[in-house]
Amino acid sequence: MHELGIVFNIIDTVEDIAKEQNLTEVSSVTLQVGEVSTVIPHYLEDCWKWAVKKTEILKECKLIHEPIEAITFCEDCGKTYRTVDFGKTCPHCGSEHTYLVVGNEVQIKEIEAC
Amino acid sequence: MDKVRVIEIKQSVFSANDKQAEELRKELKEKGIFLLNLMSSPGSGKTTTLTKTIAALKDEFKIGVMEADIDSDVDAKTIAATGAKSIQLHTGGMCHLDAGMTRQGLEGLDTSDVELAILENVGNLVCPAEFDTGASKNAMILSVPEGADKPLKYPLMFSICDVVLINKIDVMPYFDFDMEQCKKNIKMRNPNAVIIPICAKTGEGIEQWADWLRQEVRAWQNK
Repeated sequence: MHELGIVFNIIDTVEDIAKEQNLTEVSSVTLQVGEVSTVIPHYLEDCWKWAVKKTEILKECKLIHEPIEAITFCEDCGKTYRTVDFGKTCPHCGSEHTYLVVGNEVQIKEIEAC
Repeated sequence: MDKVRVIEIKQSVFSANDKQAEELRKELKEKGIFLLNLMSSPGSGKTTTLTKTIAALKDEFKIGVMEADIDSDVDAKTIAATGAKSIQLHTGGMCHLDAGMTRQGLEGLDTSDVELAILENVGNLVCPAEFDTGASKNAMILSVPEGADKPLKYPLMFSICDVVLINKIDVMPYFDFDMEQCKKNIKMRNPNAVIIPICAKTGEGIEQWADWLRQEVRAWQNK
């Protein structure tokens, strides 16, 4: 369950921010999850519900999930394509000289708090 | 209740762990301790490979091993039989070690007399790749029965490894394993990966692997 480890990391980060900014209650955390990040939002949600109960300031905190579409760039033909559909091989020219531009990130976009 | 406001964060969820890992790596560097993070699927031969690695390098470096598993201490006992210092870490269900757990493990191991510390991560090709342990170098073992297509299925693991050991090459005739295709698949994920075919059981290739590790440890200590 690496989702649990990720949830603990999110809680640690948010608690640090709350301390810095003197926040007493965090009502939501918006998480951006790349399509090829290997994080499964459904599992993340289950871990989240369990883990926030053990905290002070995130007890009632909702986890909002925003997907990020994965895009790969081809160095040989200069075009981009959807990573989930074609993987490492460029559908335009067949090259494997490609790299992921966006879509493997898991980041905290924003929080709602008081 | 006070007025609720939106605070923009824009921070990776791995940033807290990444920061801890960088700190640990820096500390180890100052102390001249090389930490190898060894990863693979369950049953690929991590512990057998380690016993051969220890035998090859124990006269040159003081070695300490951390065995991470969900349960049991069979691996730590196997390592202890080689004469190397070892400790068993239980992750309590977690599928990987992060930088904080690695630090705790190193404290438990007591690295005051260790030059080469080896972390045998939990057998898993997914999660250990996502959490930087603070290791100097990452190594992984892919064994022949697992198949040459694993780099295609577990891209992240292969992309973060400095070296890939292809183990159990003695059984290649019994499996439909294409070594050249496997190397190509690894290079596609990670053009910089060093690939060393080995057989931990017979000792084939262990010398080449020990050479690589020796060079890396010396470079780390002198830098």
